[in-house]
Amino acid sequence: MDIVQVESLRKHYGALTAVDGVTFAVHKGECFGLLGPNGAGKTTTIRMLYGYTPRDAGTLELFGLDIDRDIREIKKRIGLCQQEDSLDPDLTVRDNLVGYARYFSIPKPQAQQRADELLEFFALQGRAKDRISVLSGGLKRRLMLARALVNNPDLLILDEPTTGLDPQSRQLLWDKLAALKGQGLTILLTTHYMEEAERLCDRLVIVDHGRILIEGKPLALIRERVGHSVLEITEPDRQVRDFLAGEECRVEDLGNRLLVYLDDGDQLFLKLTSQVRAEGCTLRPASLEDLFLKLTGRELRE
Amino acid sequence: MNWPKPSQISHRTLRVWQRNFSVYRRTWKISFLPPLIEPLLYILAFGVGLAVLVGEFHYAGRQLSYTVFIAPALVSVAIMYNAFFECTYNSFVRMYYQKTFDALLATPLNLEEIILGEMLWAATKSVIATTLMGTVISLCGLFEFPGALLLIPLALLGGLLFAALGMICTALVPGIETFNLPIFLGITPMFLFSGTFFPLQNLPGWAQSVAQLLPLTHLVALVRGCALQFWSASLWLSLLYLLTATAILLPLAIALMVRRIVK
Repeated sequence: MDIVQVESLRKHYGALTAVDGVTFAVHKGECFGLLGPNGAGKTTTIRMLYGYTPRDAGTLELFGLDIDRDIREIKKRIGLCQQEDSLDPDLTVRDNLVGYARYFSIPKPQAQQRADELLEFFALQGRAKDRISVLSGGLKRRLMLARALVNNPDLLILDEPTTGLDPQSRQLLWDKLAALKGQGLTILLTTHYMEEAERLCDRLVIVDHGRILIEGKPLALIRERVGHSVLEITEPDRQVRDFLAGEECRVEDLGNRLLVYLDDGDQLFLKLTSQVRAEGCTLRPASLEDLFLKLTGRELRE
Repeated sequence: MNWPKPSQISHRTLRVWQRNFSVYRRTWKISFLPPLIEPLLYILAFGVGLAVLVGEFHYAGRQLSYTVFIAPALVSVAIMYNAFFECTYNSFVRMYYQKTFDALLATPLNLEEIILGEMLWAATKSVIATTLMGTVISLCGLFEFPGALLLIPLALLGGLLFAALGMICTALVPGIETFNLPIFLGITPMFLFSGTFFPLQNLPGWAQSVAQLLPLTHLVALVRGCALQFWSASLWLSLLYLLTATAILLPLAIALMVRRIVK
């Protein structure tokens, strides 16, 4: 049985179509990514999943339960880490967890035990009595994540969990998420960090303008749509362009930079660097970012 | 606009109340001071300073000192202030700046319960203030018993009414600074012209009629009637006014907040 089943989901705000017929499913135990540029409809989709935003059309089922009929039961089993900090500044770190457990009707002794477990898991024990206002961005995000787990959810929903964090905090959070996934937790993640998605997601969709552009496993999608590797040439001159014109390859011309998508082998790269020029030529593995930009375009969004 | 249905409200409403109560309890020593000290300051200022000028006067068939006259009004104003300010500034901060409602919406609670819980808490603050102030004023010998005991249920009712009015403002204001407007246009005139510091009869006829529309007028009438044991049939009309207004404004406040937050 799928944990999440979304079918033909739609949401309009006046003339703007935020979500335009989205269909996907999240299987038990996997980490599923919802990728897209800013304003693609990721957060709106997430908000419809837990009933925050009413949908205009489509069906939503979580844990096999219909969202219109069993919203409370569904919300009991979801852990949600929102994009914006919504920690309670009037409470201490530990009380943020214990107090949140109360909304799930978890008895106090269990809530306290769970809070201590989570503080330890996220290395926050030392800060248990601190007020929220003295925490750094990274600590706050760890606490947000800990709070999302207070009810032992069957599904963890993360809306851009590492936006605005420093590399250390991001790495730590990724490790913790990987560990949670290892314990069998189902995760639904939105992000626009491709490295994050590549590292965590078993399957993903890329959305733009409220529509799903592509769905699949990250590596398979990259291989299929981009290739094995990418040859980057900065400041290409006439000679380089003439050389590439004579070769069988896909070239993307960005003006002061050329991207050449290669299926496998490094013959073209070797030929180019030995016969034409080596300077400014780099061969690297194709990444999710290549795929993302290929699908959603390079122009700025906001 | 979607009006709340009774089926949407569960025991979880109390969790919101509990959250605010536990925060309040952390600072209760400071929170308790204003309702204890404020009446003493007023009684000192009016009882010692102003009462000398006013002297004793005739009210509802009895000779009254000015201090006795205004003591119930102080409690009524406290009921209004505690509930109204809790559901305006404090609720707005929780909704808009602290994102507390957003966090709660990810739990089994629904928005209707969150808003109702906020208003119940605001009314509770009115009850706490009334109990503390009432005790101080009673110790000064200004209230009569057992009538004054009715102030506690009155504080709950009045608290809910002014909480609903505050929440309606919260649902409608574009930003936190806009609260000045309902305070300047509604709360301050009510504070002055609801039979608080002088009998309504001293107003010109048309102004008396306007004052009869104000919720604080009826709360003051009831609180004064109970605390000083001035029983009259018109108190039933005031009670009916408060009950009707609360029964309409409470669900209206929830519906307007849902309209504001759910998009």
